[in-house]
Amino acid sequence: MTMEEVKLEERFQAKIDAEQKIEPKDWMPEKYRKTLVRQISQHAHSEVVGMLPEGNWITRAPSLRRKAILLAKVQDEAGHGLYLYSACETLGVTREQTIADLNSGKAKYSSIFNYPTLTWADIGAVGWLVDGAAIMNQVMLCRTSYGPYARAMVRICKEESFHQRQGYEIMSVLAKGTPEQKEMAQDALNRWWWPSLMMFGPSDANSLHSAESMKWKIKRQSNDELRQIFIDRTVQQAEVIGLSIPDPALKWNEATKHYDWGEIDWTEFYNVISGNGPCNKERLAARNKAHDEGAWVREAALAHAAKKAKKKQAA
Amino acid sequence: MSDNKDNWPLWEVFIQSKRGLEHKHVGSLHAADAQMAIENARDVYTRRQEGNSIWVVPAGAISSSQADDAAMLFDPADDKTYRHPTFYQVPEGAKYI
Repeated sequence: MTMEEVKLEERFQAKIDAEQKIEPKDWMPEKYRKTLVRQISQHAHSEVVGMLPEGNWITRAPSLRRKAILLAKVQDEAGHGLYLYSACETLGVTREQTIADLNSGKAKYSSIFNYPTLTWADIGAVGWLVDGAAIMNQVMLCRTSYGPYARAMVRICKEESFHQRQGYEIMSVLAKGTPEQKEMAQDALNRWWWPSLMMFGPSDANSLHSAESMKWKIKRQSNDELRQIFIDRTVQQAEVIGLSIPDPALKWNEATKHYDWGEIDWTEFYNVISGNGPCNKERLAARNKAHDEGAWVREAALAHAAKKAKKKQAA
Repeated sequence: MSDNKDNWPLWEVFIQSKRGLEHKHVGSLHAADAQMAIENARDVYTRRQEGNSIWVVPAGAISSSQADDAAMLFDPADDKTYRHPTFYQVPEGAKYI
């Protein structure tokens, strides 16, 4: 690093330490920019791919009320993807490149969306657990150091709060229903519980980017911290609706005032991340199909806009 | 920024939430033309009755000051506290001033 760069980096860190946001035109270390591009684009991709497992149930929602809610939720996810893609663009990468990286499989998205939604209860579990876990992370990110990212997160959090509630409502109605319905809810909880805990990422000790992200205040709470709060809250919510958490080691610890809990199967986590989850191929194929089949629409809209502009000029 | 003419250009979106209030920047989106930008902005930024009016501006049409020049640019305002009403002493007892 040159003397100049050292000085710039000191000034950059001082801004962050003073809780000032970093804005697109500010000087920033290349690694900060790269970390943000990776994190924000992954986050955007997760919103977009996240529409697939839920979209799976739109046509089969059990009532018009549920269908309207699910449609609104999936539409929100598309919007959230867009807010995040926009934030990512302020860091100097084009939208086209970001999308191309998703479609080629180069970019990652949250591994949770590589699990299938087998029954209607899964839509409940996804809203309650997956959105619940996402919200923990997103509330923290409202205070992230990069201005455009923080602003996108504030919008997202405002809209996201109904997502978790509608999922919990689905679960609570099923849990109060026939024995078969209750069993369906329990089965969904059994399948989604551990993958939801994995959403917080590897344990702090093994987390690749954590220390630097904390120093730069991209992240403000550790993976393990957020995961523990999520567990403490969710166990209570499960009790209220009479479902049980599929973890025999789960036990209230009076000394720490937190739940102790079992072991996450990290082999499964890394396996799904590296492309071998139940739905990785299906998800990527669906994204590519949508992109390819939308090509003529993108071209036609441009041609139409050019024609209209020409007409206007002539008039 | 995407100035490639094979791709939809970038628009900055400003929303007025209520009559009488200012239009505030809310984010950006890509669209083929202004009309499409307004329609997309409605779907993306006003799904919960946040809007009364929408402006869209081609992102390339916005000029902005440089963050690194901020100190110099805003320096002239630094030492002019007499531009604020609190600078002035008002004799005790005077009302409505």
